[in-house]
Amino acid sequence: MSALRQTEAVGAGAPASTPVLTVEGLTITVGEGAHRRPLVEDLSFTLQRGETLCIAGESGSGKSLTSLAIMGLLPKPGPRVERGSIRLGDADLVALGEREMRRVRGDRIAMIFQEPMTSLNPVLTVGRQLTEAIEAHRDVGAAEARRLALESLEAVRIPEAARRMRQYPHELSGGMRQRVMIAMALALEPDVLIADEPTTALDVTIQAQVLGILKEIQATRGTAVILITHDMGVVAEVADRVVVMRQGRAVESGAVAPLFEAPQQDYTRALLAAVPRMGAGAAAGEGTRANQPVAEIRDLTVRFPLKGGLLGRTVAEVHAVAGVSFDIPARQTLSLVGESGCGKSTTAKAIAGLVTYGGHLSVDGRAAQSLSTTDRKALRRDVQMIFQDPFASLDPRMRVGDLVAEPLVIHGIGTPKERRERVAALFERVGLEADAMRRYPHQFSGGQRQRICIARALALRPKLIIADESVSALDVSVQKRVLELLKELQDEFGIAYLFISHDMAVVENISDRVAVMYLGQIVEMGTRAQVFGAPRHSYTRRLIEAVPVPDPARRRAAFPRLVGDIPSAVRKPNDPPQRLVLTDVGEGHLVAAE
Amino acid sequence: MSVLAGPDATTIVPPSAPVGGEGVLRRLFRRKLAILGLVIIAAVVLSAVLAPEVAPFDPNEQFFDGLTLEGSPLPPSERFWLGTDLLGRDLLSRILFGARNSLIIGVVANGAALIIGTLVGVVAGYFRGLIGAVLMRFTDLMMAFPALLLAICLAAVLRPSLWIVALVIALVNWVQVARVVYSETRSLGEREFVAAEKTLGASSSRILFRHILPHLTSTVIVYGTLGISTTVLLEATLSFLGVGVQPPDASWGNIIFENQTYFQAAPWLVFFPGAAILLLALAFNLVGDGLRDALDPTEEGRH
Repeated sequence: MSALRQTEAVGAGAPASTPVLTVEGLTITVGEGAHRRPLVEDLSFTLQRGETLCIAGESGSGKSLTSLAIMGLLPKPGPRVERGSIRLGDADLVALGEREMRRVRGDRIAMIFQEPMTSLNPVLTVGRQLTEAIEAHRDVGAAEARRLALESLEAVRIPEAARRMRQYPHELSGGMRQRVMIAMALALEPDVLIADEPTTALDVTIQAQVLGILKEIQATRGTAVILITHDMGVVAEVADRVVVMRQGRAVESGAVAPLFEAPQQDYTRALLAAVPRMGAGAAAGEGTRANQPVAEIRDLTVRFPLKGGLLGRTVAEVHAVAGVSFDIPARQTLSLVGESGCGKSTTAKAIAGLVTYGGHLSVDGRAAQSLSTTDRKALRRDVQMIFQDPFASLDPRMRVGDLVAEPLVIHGIGTPKERRERVAALFERVGLEADAMRRYPHQFSGGQRQRICIARALALRPKLIIADESVSALDVSVQKRVLELLKELQDEFGIAYLFISHDMAVVENISDRVAVMYLGQIVEMGTRAQVFGAPRHSYTRRLIEAVPVPDPARRRAAFPRLVGDIPSAVRKPNDPPQRLVLTDVGEGHLVAAE
Repeated sequence: MSVLAGPDATTIVPPSAPVGGEGVLRRLFRRKLAILGLVIIAAVVLSAVLAPEVAPFDPNEQFFDGLTLEGSPLPPSERFWLGTDLLGRDLLSRILFGARNSLIIGVVANGAALIIGTLVGVVAGYFRGLIGAVLMRFTDLMMAFPALLLAICLAAVLRPSLWIVALVIALVNWVQVARVVYSETRSLGEREFVAAEKTLGASSSRILFRHILPHLTSTVIVYGTLGISTTVLLEATLSFLGVGVQPPDASWGNIIFENQTYFQAAPWLVFFPGAAILLLALAFNLVGDGLRDALDPTEEGRH
């Protein structure tokens, strides 16, 4: 570690006593002999009581492996700790056997995982899972365990805690489940809490709540927290100290403020530069007149019936999209933002023809409803979609060259030779080598796969590309380059984008126009400057405020307190929700009345 | 940005990257166990085809010296390599001739069951709706129907023969395949790459045959190889009931069934045909495993 900066000025006023957890020279390897590969190399850090240490890095940097090693949960057979020590108080966790380790886990070190949906057992009630963990470690009776469980649920501010104890995980919302996970982890008052991407799967407003609860509990109980994240915004928001990891090594570590202010290493600088920031997009010139619309959407509705009862009748309806209208101007980007369940992805699927819908949709002047089969195929050519997960949206059994050529085959364009040439040109255009065509999707990284998906969408020269969370699964640096590619392609081919994202900062950087969706309807729509610069609707403001700012100096004083869960979009049959009326508050800035 | 220019910028070549244009057969032949399986299958097929040439005796001839003086069958000896059966017939010859019937049952009947089951399952799982409901309810009905009853009914209507047996077995065995393929198709249909195909404007048949069927190969292969031994034995049950391969014609299954009560006194009568079934099933298993891996590009470099 040549230039590893050790700013050991202990952050946030933590007492400079003996650290709770010390990791020294940790090296994790996989494979034997010639196949031996280090996954984490020579990693050292200390954790003080009441401190938050963020381990930040991109995928493959070894940050999650480190946390698993501390918990003694490295998958077997596979990676193992080769050298180094992990000391909790006096005990070296590396040397402990499985039986002793089991006593440490949950009791002294607790962990919460990224996916609150899968880390709770769906067939046990919340209360049962909480008391089980308590009874496993403490010699307490059922009544006492229940009391402790209730107490910890109240500590994470779960409303009606006593009733929640009897509920099953599926009855709770995502944010609520993550709070239950935190309650479970904290019920035994551990010394160290490891949180592995605890808010990545959550919406921004809920992320802010969960981070707030973590901070609050830490302040009252003095728990030391290791927060593992790829999100530099979260780091800036909560960290006392930061370790930046890259390819298994600590690149830089130190207190959060100087690290953000004056990063010493090139990698840290580049990583921070790649983070999309709110407000950065405004510099890119604002003179966007609305062009001729390439797609017109009028009063689009999507309803899913919920069947039930003996006869399988429709007992309720989910109003996923409850009447949205907008135009997508040619050569421009319209973004749909909103939290999960707001109907933005369903809107995209309706336009792409994946779900049946009501209302009027026309692309390039052709109305989708009145079309014959051949016309409908032509419409498919004009509208292409790039999905969120580049791992899932490519058939793993086909060569990527065939996958990119497939749209041409389906629409009967060109001879095999012409198709090959066109595919090769597409590969080159999106920044992949032509000889990559013969490989299979699993041989590429996430960013490369998303480039393949882009090449595929471009193959038919569409007028509109729908990008549904297309960069959300990518690391920031890769994300930045894919976004740049999308912008270049827009200028070059004159494509309009419908960009769907929950990430406000990304939206702010790429959009010309923005529409904010809530419960299946648009609450605010306008140019980027209008929506982000002068948000009128309270929901838009709440969304923007919840976005963590990647600057520790601008840390918010208090996290927004709990607001109730979003109301349900499930309604009785033939009872559509009331339509919001959008009024123009000037220069095409449309806002719903509140 | 140079420091961040990680693996995304240019194509990475994994250390064990396979050369792209390799054929499925080439990859199959790289697996030693699959070759062993192929050799065994080839040997069984050859001996079945060439049975009249290679069999030492007529399979139906009852040798005067094929029984002991008390009338019990002979153990393996120099004259009768695998011994004789209860009627003094040469067991080796009967196994060689029986291979013809057993292979037809194991491969043809089982193959027909696989094809029917896969088609029904895929169509029901992909289209769902009314077609899916009708097909799957019919599958449930077939599942509930006793196989032997069906066989006896069919045999009563038609003249019992090997082909009736094959037909009955195909009609009985496709239901499990259909069920499994149905549920797998349903989950494949929800995968994002299928949605991606739809947005490209791909037709249903293209999605079904180019994108969903290839993913079902491993399931179908497992069912196919498991089915071989069960169908060979099912044929024996049917023959035992008088519906099917009629005596004195031999099949591996009916040799076992004829002789199972004398297992203690003459174990070779059950052991040798049993070993033949086992060997054939094992061989198909090995080839099936190899084929599954060879057909799956993501398995490359993991064996």
